[in-house]
Amino acid sequence: MANENGKDLQSLEEVTVRFAGDSGDGMQLTGTQFSNTTALVGNDLSTLPDYPAEIRAPAGTLYGVSGFQLHFSSNDIHTPGDNPDVLVAMNPAALKINLKDVKPHGTIIVNKDAFEPKALAQAGFAVNPLEDDTLSGFKVHQVPITSLTQNSLEDSGLTTKEITRSKNFFALGLMYWLYNRPIEPTLKWINEKFGKLPAIADANTKVLKAGYYFGDQTEIFSTRYAVKKAELPEGTYKSISGNEATAIGLVAAAKIANVPLFLGSYPITPASDILHYLSGYKNYNVTTLQAEDEIAGIASAIGASFGGSLAITTTSGPGVALKTEAIGLAVMTELPLVIVNVQRGGPSTGLPTKTEQADLLQAIYGRNGEAPIAVIAASTPTDCFDMAIEACRIAVKYMTPVMLLTDGYIANGAEPWRIPKIEELPKFEVKYRTDTANFQPYGRDENNARPWVRPGTPGLEHRIGGLEKANLTGNVNYEPDNHDMMCRLREEKVLNIANDIPSLDVVGDVDADLLVLGWGGTYGTITESVNKLRKKGYKVAQAHLKYLYPMPKNTEEVLKKYKKVLIPEINLGQLAKILKSEFLVPVESFNKMRGLPLRSDELQECIIEMLGGDNGK
Amino acid sequence: MENNIDVEEVKYKAKDFASDQDVRWCPGCGDYSVLAQVQRVFPEIGVKKEDIAWISGIGCSSRFPYYMSTYGFHSIHGRALAIATGLKTARPDLSVWVATGDGDNMSIGGNHFIHTCRKNVDLNVLMFNNQIYGLTKGQYSPTSEEGKVTKSSPYGSVDHPFNPPSLALGAEATFVARAIDTNAKHLQEVLKKAMQHKGTSFVEIYQNCNIFNDGAFDELKDKETKLDHLLTLEDGQPMIFGKNSDKGIKFDCDGISVIDLNDKNNSIEDVMIHRETDINPMRAFILANMTYDHSMPTPVGVFRRVQKSTYDESVKVQLEKVTAKKGVGTLQNLLYSGNTWEV
Repeated sequence: MANENGKDLQSLEEVTVRFAGDSGDGMQLTGTQFSNTTALVGNDLSTLPDYPAEIRAPAGTLYGVSGFQLHFSSNDIHTPGDNPDVLVAMNPAALKINLKDVKPHGTIIVNKDAFEPKALAQAGFAVNPLEDDTLSGFKVHQVPITSLTQNSLEDSGLTTKEITRSKNFFALGLMYWLYNRPIEPTLKWINEKFGKLPAIADANTKVLKAGYYFGDQTEIFSTRYAVKKAELPEGTYKSISGNEATAIGLVAAAKIANVPLFLGSYPITPASDILHYLSGYKNYNVTTLQAEDEIAGIASAIGASFGGSLAITTTSGPGVALKTEAIGLAVMTELPLVIVNVQRGGPSTGLPTKTEQADLLQAIYGRNGEAPIAVIAASTPTDCFDMAIEACRIAVKYMTPVMLLTDGYIANGAEPWRIPKIEELPKFEVKYRTDTANFQPYGRDENNARPWVRPGTPGLEHRIGGLEKANLTGNVNYEPDNHDMMCRLREEKVLNIANDIPSLDVVGDVDADLLVLGWGGTYGTITESVNKLRKKGYKVAQAHLKYLYPMPKNTEEVLKKYKKVLIPEINLGQLAKILKSEFLVPVESFNKMRGLPLRSDELQECIIEMLGGDNGK
Repeated sequence: MENNIDVEEVKYKAKDFASDQDVRWCPGCGDYSVLAQVQRVFPEIGVKKEDIAWISGIGCSSRFPYYMSTYGFHSIHGRALAIATGLKTARPDLSVWVATGDGDNMSIGGNHFIHTCRKNVDLNVLMFNNQIYGLTKGQYSPTSEEGKVTKSSPYGSVDHPFNPPSLALGAEATFVARAIDTNAKHLQEVLKKAMQHKGTSFVEIYQNCNIFNDGAFDELKDKETKLDHLLTLEDGQPMIFGKNSDKGIKFDCDGISVIDLNDKNNSIEDVMIHRETDINPMRAFILANMTYDHSMPTPVGVFRRVQKSTYDESVKVQLEKVTAKKGVGTLQNLLYSGNTWEV
């Protein structure tokens, strides 16, 4: 324990912090700023924004509580943490909702001013929890955040409402002090963000500093903490969320292939950020069309694809349901198209702001007719970048729709990203057909892909559509044998992609009896669980499917090597169902649908149980 | 007028626009005439065959692209305009035409229709209105008259029909016209004007379905009756009609009425003048709303033709402006911009 300015400085390996307050309290902003600064000082980190679907729920209500959890460490980490070490609660409702999650002996920082009778009643506290034994067993710091914010802005000339809105910066400043992080990156951000509103920029700056210096001066805090830099591979880094990584990946793919990018999309949570990012990339030859509905989103993309653009549509589960018929059209017309599904809790409107993995069966099978498409899934926020490029590569190479599955957790969660060098990026090209000799609209190349012809090309005028096609000519054809053949051809074309993807790698104890097999956004939890158990001496193998249709060619071989296979999923066992029916293997499932990432502690318990308790070591 | 489409001297004949596919509409269908007029007029619009794309949805009319030797896309029910919007936005250099019907465009595709009009995407939209569902064999459509007895309305339809030009005008369409399938010359004129207009050109074509709704427009086609029931609109001209051109449309404080020009109390000065380019859509609405008023003639021709920025052009200009300001984005900038740090 070091001593600095009369305060102890304690070194920690890792910390999980949760900021919680009203949905209008700026908790997402606070969490994001803390994350960005934490990334800049070199920690590894993983975040979990968790907010209600209501934009500004009535102040003080339980259902209006918005949270942002951040796990940072001097080690390589994979999850936003099961339980917070530190909870910052801006009001009684935030405390009520989040208290059960805080680790035993954990730290709770509350905005004392907010614990007044009305707010306490709204949160369902009969007695002020700061005055009874509700918080015994925790380290509680009562800070009058609202009044300290007001004091520091006494002469600012701002309205009470404006002043009160700054209080999240006080909490942020205090947390910066407590965890020994610099305030400069946020000061810089404030000046950029509020450059046109100098009074507000000034106020936020003052309050941030007030929060920071408060920690230094008050006797409430005797200790501050330091988390050392993580040892990450060499390179240039930035902090990135899954949705941003997806957007950048799509633009990068278009740049690599040297084709224009077109996005047709309709706003939907939690996918809208991809539309927001892409609409800012106009100087990268990116056209974004905010359509009148989900169907027009994909239909416009299909039109653009027909016109020779690398066409994308982005959505979430309910949007995929609406786009289903149009996906079939892209299957029949064999046009390249990338459909990004940022999965959320379903069915119906479900849990718009929460995560789930329950669209896998919809992605692979959810269309009328035999309508195969390639389905791939990103496993982490930064993996969204690689998989977005991969989706585009497959789409244009095989002239097929590709669905890229991400989810609300990895889409909104952020982590440090080692930015790839330009020469490390995959390479692929697009060749539009211009040669008129022996042109057949449904002729096929070595990949079974039909030619991509841009309208405007003389001599190659042809018609396509949703009616069954005659092989080669593409003319309308209702003959029984032709339809049978075309159904098989389309399936074969997509299955053939299995020859062009990496095989399924097993990591951990490759020779173990138990394989934990995951897909998509559960990668972090599974990795952390397997790593922790292996450190304790349990033998566990791990594999992660990034290609769901077709699957890697060695999938069956891998599955059959293990006595037991466990499949953790945030659904009722959709991948398990597919594997059982495809490969006739017995697999077991670990399923939770809580709108949140799987918990590592619960998964570890399940694995230990499957291994026969301590005997599994 | 500036146009993104490459217009040059191209010498085509009507048959150059016919594809090698057998036309499969019912013998006697009004679609044959529309196809013939399109093929006749296309050599005159001066656009190269490879720069033309026909997009359609589902329905009898939507088979249209198969019979044109241009690029074509027969899509799914109701979505032709959304697909065409994507194509035209991505490729403003193409001349994009849409063939659709009253079911495809007014019912399942109604949302795309109003939004296409609102955005003023530079498309030419030909809506074949036969006031019936043909391809599904005879159910009432959103333009069928109230009381229509069909397979799905054996006791008569209780629906109020849409008035397509009125709907288009309500959605701020910049070009709204109507023509009749067999009125060949007039249809050709309207098609040419639609092509010349920059923005969404909506042409409602009254088209006879001789199988499920035969004779729907006979009053407007029959030699004996048509002159008394058709008001052929001409820009800048008084709205007169009738066998002897002796009836006129009057608009005064009492509203709209038909006046007899043989009556010496009336004069040609009392007749409302047609102005296609009137910014105020009132005149066009009056014309559109004559459709279901049996005391009024049915107007054909161009109801409205006004200039407004087009969606596709605005998208293109914005992209160019941002690129000029920020420079062409590179992979390096894409990946390495923002708050980065070195490890």
